[in-house]
Amino acid sequence: MATDEKPPRTARTRLAVAGARSSTESVFGARGRGDRLGNRFFLAFLLLGMAMAITGLAAMIIWAIIEGSPRLSMDLITNGPSTLAPETAGYRPAILGSIYVIGGVIALIVPLGVGAAVYLEEFADKTRWWNRLIELNIQNLAGVPSIVFGILGLAFIVRSPLSLGAVPAAGAVTIALLVLPTVIIAAREAIRAVPPSIREGSLALGATQWQTIYRQVLPAAMSGILTGVILAVARAIGEAAPLLLVGAVTFVTSDPSFFGPGFTTLPTQIFDWARRPQEEFQVLAAAGVLIMLALVLVMNSFAVWLRNRFEQKW
Amino acid sequence: MTNNLTQEITRTPPRSAGDDIKEASGVYDQTDISVRPEEFRQRGPAEHREKTFELRNVSVSYGGNRAVHDVSMDIFHKNITALIGPSGCGKSTLLRSLNRMNDLVPSAKVEGSLLYHGADIYGPKVDPVQVRKVIGMVFQKPNPFPKSIYDNVAFGPRTTGIKGDMDDIVEEALRRAGLWDEVKDRLDDNAYGMSGGQQQRLCIARCIAVEPDVILMDEPCSALDPISTARIEDLMLELKERYSIVIVTHNMQQAARVSDMTAFLMVELTADEKSRWGELIEYDDTSKIFTNPGDSRTEDYISGRVG
Amino acid sequence: MTTAGITVSGGGAGNSPRRSLEAPSPRYGEKTVKVILAACAGLSVLVTTGIVLSLLSGAADFFREVPIHEFLFGTTWAPAFADAHFGVIPIVTGTLNIVFWALVVSIPLGLLSAIYLSEYAPNRVRKTIKPMLEVLEGIPTVAIGLFALMFLRPFLEDVFPFLDWTGPHAIGVAGVAVGLLIVPLVASISDDAMRSVPRGLREGAYALGASKLRVSARVVFPAAISGIVAAIVLAVSRAIGETMVVLMAAGARPQITFDPTKSAQTMTAFIGQTATGEISFGTIAYYTIFAVGALLFVMTLVMNLFAVRLVRRFREVYE
Repeated sequence: MATDEKPPRTARTRLAVAGARSSTESVFGARGRGDRLGNRFFLAFLLLGMAMAITGLAAMIIWAIIEGSPRLSMDLITNGPSTLAPETAGYRPAILGSIYVIGGVIALIVPLGVGAAVYLEEFADKTRWWNRLIELNIQNLAGVPSIVFGILGLAFIVRSPLSLGAVPAAGAVTIALLVLPTVIIAAREAIRAVPPSIREGSLALGATQWQTIYRQVLPAAMSGILTGVILAVARAIGEAAPLLLVGAVTFVTSDPSFFGPGFTTLPTQIFDWARRPQEEFQVLAAAGVLIMLALVLVMNSFAVWLRNRFEQKW
Repeated sequence: MTNNLTQEITRTPPRSAGDDIKEASGVYDQTDISVRPEEFRQRGPAEHREKTFELRNVSVSYGGNRAVHDVSMDIFHKNITALIGPSGCGKSTLLRSLNRMNDLVPSAKVEGSLLYHGADIYGPKVDPVQVRKVIGMVFQKPNPFPKSIYDNVAFGPRTTGIKGDMDDIVEEALRRAGLWDEVKDRLDDNAYGMSGGQQQRLCIARCIAVEPDVILMDEPCSALDPISTARIEDLMLELKERYSIVIVTHNMQQAARVSDMTAFLMVELTADEKSRWGELIEYDDTSKIFTNPGDSRTEDYISGRVG
Repeated sequence: MTTAGITVSGGGAGNSPRRSLEAPSPRYGEKTVKVILAACAGLSVLVTTGIVLSLLSGAADFFREVPIHEFLFGTTWAPAFADAHFGVIPIVTGTLNIVFWALVVSIPLGLLSAIYLSEYAPNRVRKTIKPMLEVLEGIPTVAIGLFALMFLRPFLEDVFPFLDWTGPHAIGVAGVAVGLLIVPLVASISDDAMRSVPRGLREGAYALGASKLRVSARVVFPAAISGIVAAIVLAVSRAIGETMVVLMAAGARPQITFDPTKSAQTMTAFIGQTATGEISFGTIAYYTIFAVGALLFVMTLVMNLFAVRLVRRFREVYE
């Protein structure tokens, strides 16, 4: 923590000097048409960069629509997979599997994520080493590759001590642990955005700390927390890598159950189709991508809208 | 200077500060206690008044840095007591130690003895939540909850479990805060739509609804315009019929207008100017502090020579 | 200090408390809630412990059979063959290939977008593009993988026909796709860093007549450099850990190559590939997952710790 104590003044001074030097240079340096032209080019360059970034990602969506839309029909949702009739095969067990997994994820991340965020923001004494450890730990967990969570799921959730086996519940626990840090971080930000004056006002009326949190802080932070949860759920819908390790890629034709073995999800089923060389399966995969994209993009857009709409100005 | 101030005080309308200062400064001094016992106990000579708080050698520190040092004073029942002094003199810190709001700062430490009607506020069995229920607080910046006007007032009674018809409780609190007529038709509107002055009176109503004994006010008018300020000052004079009020203010005229007792705190520095803390310089009847202060530093501050 | 009369104690009426200051109830609920919430937060430490334990115990079983230097410095990766080799270098170079191509795409595109958004974009444009980037950040990686396999691969062959394209899988294509995936991440973190540069610094330079280009390039960019580096470090970490795109578009052949048109396996793709194949519990092939996972974990952990520290620095300087 030694670096944390470095006085910010030196960095500020250095930057201020750099700014002043650059400005002075520009005053005494040549200026005029060349400079203006340079400015224009720079702006054009910036716009080009951003346009390419957005085009690249937009191309992906457009491609999915073009490639997948011919297969878009109710068959896609109501039919099970089939290697014999790819023209009518669908995602029914995969969609059900995804619903089970996501249901489990939501049931886990909302209480655990909000609970952890409330503890860290409202109760934790930052001078205690264990609280700082928890904080650093969450930041780092957010950056652990998803497939590593898959290994955790394989070693501890599918096998002992949890020994759930390769079932949707195991997938739900694995994915929930994966997205939990992002939920905690988002919920903490939302809770931190509630001004201290609200807490003081409530406590000064003789409300207990928990009453203050439950009746004042959490309702005020609700839209921010909801945004974080929706973004996490959207990510959970598209997450495939850890599920490969907890066994969600078996070829399933019957409807799954939450604790029953043999399940697949939308993204893992897409992956399974994409691996097959035949053209029909690739189109089927593209159609699956289309369903998933629609779901994820709608959820993300809703979450971002929700946050911008209800962003409280204190 | 002193002259000017006295004029300022007597210019204010009847049934307000002028009378109080007259009362406090001696009208009841020789009065027979049996005539008006209640008022005698509140406005009579200090040794006969009923005490709400007794502070003995109170020091407050944050993480080892002293903020307020060695304050001893009595705060009287149904009086308005003003804490004045330059910024950084620890008057807000002192105020917050009276209802244990300082507990919210983990590094804060209160030393000395701080009694409320004889009971130690920092005693081992004392519950800070219960303390705040009995000793309410109004803050510098109006801080209504982002809820309806009704819910703002009802929140306290609901959480502290006060029984009774909630509509009546809300109406009564709003009436006492002089807000009922302005808001009775829009109780379901969000409190954030009110003016700053209304918001502050809502915060006072919210505080009253919990039925406290004491109301602490931390510069309640500093964020408000003069008209709203005047309304709140009038309100305070009405409220002192029922509650003891302690107010922190940086506005000396305000202290002179509303308070019965005034405490003057000042910043003290160590010789090397490395650390600073607040100390109580003088505490007396408001009329005495403003007309005939016992300490030259008080006089300097009040006459605007320092601070 | 105080006037004599006031501090006289005793006398007066009513020395007993008006109302009790003691708690009306022991408030056990309050304490229980705190314990439960602390447990929620503590769970994250348990998760990390679980990850480390699972990796370590699996890796320990692996290194009982394979010497650690053979694993770290061997140049042949063929764990499932009869003549098994466990040299991790080929799949590490596969990962480095991905990181390289991902950065080639995401650094310029991400930084140019960020400079535009923070310095040039009118508020209205910014308010549309920033959320759009956030929404795009959530595109499932399987979708990007399929896009890379079915569209990007033929598309890039058309653009660069002179390269030696063979087979459906190419590490360069996968890298470019991963790059596209992390552009929004780079853009949004760098944008935050540049916007947290104090207004005064910019205005000071403008007041002296500096052009926007100079202000952006010489004042804002250097001032935000720690945040920008953090964004790049996080991008590297994401690229190392990305699985689905690589698994689908880069193929499954572990070989040391720096040709972007060739198929090559990465660490993550190996884990994914092995897990979806028929492996039985307790075999050496099963334990390779843990050894490679441990290596992956250590690499990303170092990156993340570094990034967390950098982000904290730029926050501290300006907030």
